[in-house]
Amino acid sequence: MNHDIITMDHGSGGGATSRLIEELLVPAFHNPQLSALGDGALLELSGPLVFSTDSFVIDPVFFPGGDIGKLAVCGTVNDVAMCGGTPRYLSLGFILEEGFPLESLRRIVSSIADTAADCGVSIVTGDTKVVEKGRGDGIYINTSGIGTLTWPGLSPANLKPGDKVILSGTMGDHGTAVMLARSGLLEGGDLRSDCQPLCRLAASVLEAGGVRVLRDPTRGGVATTLNEFVDGTNLSIELEEDTLPVRPAVHSACEMLGLDPLYCANEGKMLAVVDPQQAEAALAALRSTPGGEDAAIIGTVTDRYPGKVILNTCLGGGRVLTRLTGAQLPRIC
Amino acid sequence: MRFDAEFHRPEGADKLLNAIRELAVSPVRIMEVCGTHTMAIAKSGLRQVLPENVKLISGPGCPVCVTPAAEIDQVLELSSRPEVTLTTYGDLMRVPGSVRGDDLRRRKALGADVRVVYSPMDALEIAKREPERQVVFLGVGFETTAPGTALAVLEASEQGVENFSMLSLLKRTMPALRALMAREDVAIDALICPGHVAVILGSDAFAFLPEEYGLAAVVSGFETGDLLYAVHALLRQKKENAPRLENEYTRAVTPEGNPAALAVLEQVLEPRAALWRGLGLIPESGMALKEEFAHWDAAKRFGLTPVERDVPTPCRCGDVICGLIEPTQCPLFGKVCTPEEPTGPCMVSGEGACAAAYHYGRKLL
Repeated sequence: MNHDIITMDHGSGGGATSRLIEELLVPAFHNPQLSALGDGALLELSGPLVFSTDSFVIDPVFFPGGDIGKLAVCGTVNDVAMCGGTPRYLSLGFILEEGFPLESLRRIVSSIADTAADCGVSIVTGDTKVVEKGRGDGIYINTSGIGTLTWPGLSPANLKPGDKVILSGTMGDHGTAVMLARSGLLEGGDLRSDCQPLCRLAASVLEAGGVRVLRDPTRGGVATTLNEFVDGTNLSIELEEDTLPVRPAVHSACEMLGLDPLYCANEGKMLAVVDPQQAEAALAALRSTPGGEDAAIIGTVTDRYPGKVILNTCLGGGRVLTRLTGAQLPRIC
Repeated sequence: MRFDAEFHRPEGADKLLNAIRELAVSPVRIMEVCGTHTMAIAKSGLRQVLPENVKLISGPGCPVCVTPAAEIDQVLELSSRPEVTLTTYGDLMRVPGSVRGDDLRRRKALGADVRVVYSPMDALEIAKREPERQVVFLGVGFETTAPGTALAVLEASEQGVENFSMLSLLKRTMPALRALMAREDVAIDALICPGHVAVILGSDAFAFLPEEYGLAAVVSGFETGDLLYAVHALLRQKKENAPRLENEYTRAVTPEGNPAALAVLEQVLEPRAALWRGLGLIPESGMALKEEFAHWDAAKRFGLTPVERDVPTPCRCGDVICGLIEPTQCPLFGKVCTPEEPTGPCMVSGEGACAAAYHYGRKLL
């Protein structure tokens, strides 16, 4: 019997495909657009829209603090939110490898449903393909998201000297947790991915006002994202080392693996550059929103080092933070 | 044991820095020979706050950086044999051999079975799980990683894991330090001794530095506070003209080292001559598997002959490792050779002097 695993039948378009959709997916995501099961979803939206897409290939599929399903919803929802949008609808595409446990798929689908409900988005269209054993790594997910543009005009072009850089919480939790989970070193540790939706945090800081630009520092971390803000401009960003929020467990893991939290991926954090007059209000708004308790002002936009991101160290030295090059690799001694 | 966090953001940093400035009356060249020190110094911004006449120089401290290109060529060739599963620490993936662009990352993309592991025990597990594969663990490192590597071979022999083997590119610190200090073109006054190596070998192993070479020497930890203490102690020794060995890293390092780790090294490995990038062939500076473990020696199993001469490459990593030039003085630095497309190993390794200079040492303006 093959009822416990994904087989090629599940991607054939025949009975097994229909059962997967009608018994697992539609009930989990129930909404009128999806239940109609047409070739596409009919949506009622007006005004300027935000549209984004992202694919998820994370290994391991389940990690402390989340799973590929939660990540797939948060990733796209967060991209829409960072553009000033209010996320509304998601598409969901699965590429499953033959032999993938159905129980794991159920857990992932349930996690997708919970996270989507938490973000107030509906999954209105989708697709499932199955590839032969050895042609995939268990499960890949693609999501695309549409939202209405609630807060227009966010852009790095708005930055001015004196603006404050706010980080919505601690750095590097996702990257280190996943790397340790992958290595099998995580047993008993208290590292967890920060994977979470940012739509409420974004709304709170945007409502507080004075926001120039928002971005979530995912791959490449805080240092790489800040470089994107000032690259090719006459502006620089100066960070103060002693203000950077890092959990002790993340600090220790980075020391052990030879990583730098400034370059580790985050999946539930947001960088906001804010008018200095409104920075304290923005910080207060973030800190009073769940998931933003550890928010901190970590730096300032200046014009002293055009095009560069500088870290002023605790010792009084300074160092240039370049973009991440290659992948961060664990060290050997 | 004190926790490292106390040392990361030292309270008394200003006081120590002032004391260092007072002691820095004449030029002092201080070398560190551990990649973790190289990175810690670069990240802390220490160079910029030290007086100009105190120079910090990165020596041969990164095991990836001292591996010659000819040995990497051997590894690349081995990785592409159909029966071989090559297991390695991640650092080695992007180290080019003598041909630019040819590295394990590329071989893997072309179909070689190369897997990144976090410990030699992971490699042993792969060998047990996949008995039809020839699983080779790439043994790279100093005395810090050597005990774990030796232990994996010991377990393979005890459990009879026939399809596991280890290619030893392991290196010993002391013979290389002696070779470096014996060179006339290397001018070093003081040494920050590698804390991790000292955990294994014990601080006493470094006593020859002041005794035989008149060097000021301090065994140091890796936090900013450790490094400030170490620089301060070295300058004090220089001022008093009384070179000696001090152990600042007492929370981890004992005079006699770690007896269990030393015992497994003694049981499994023996010294042999080894080729170092930049330093050449140094007697007794490598570690080979003892005859009774020959069955698990990948060099013997796959007929690889020890490399005694390196292939010429345009990069000057060798001069960088010896402290003869600064990374930025290499004509390739930052132009042809970047962390994205490295020419030499000092740019690949996260702990290489060139990578440190590229990421952290660049002029602010």
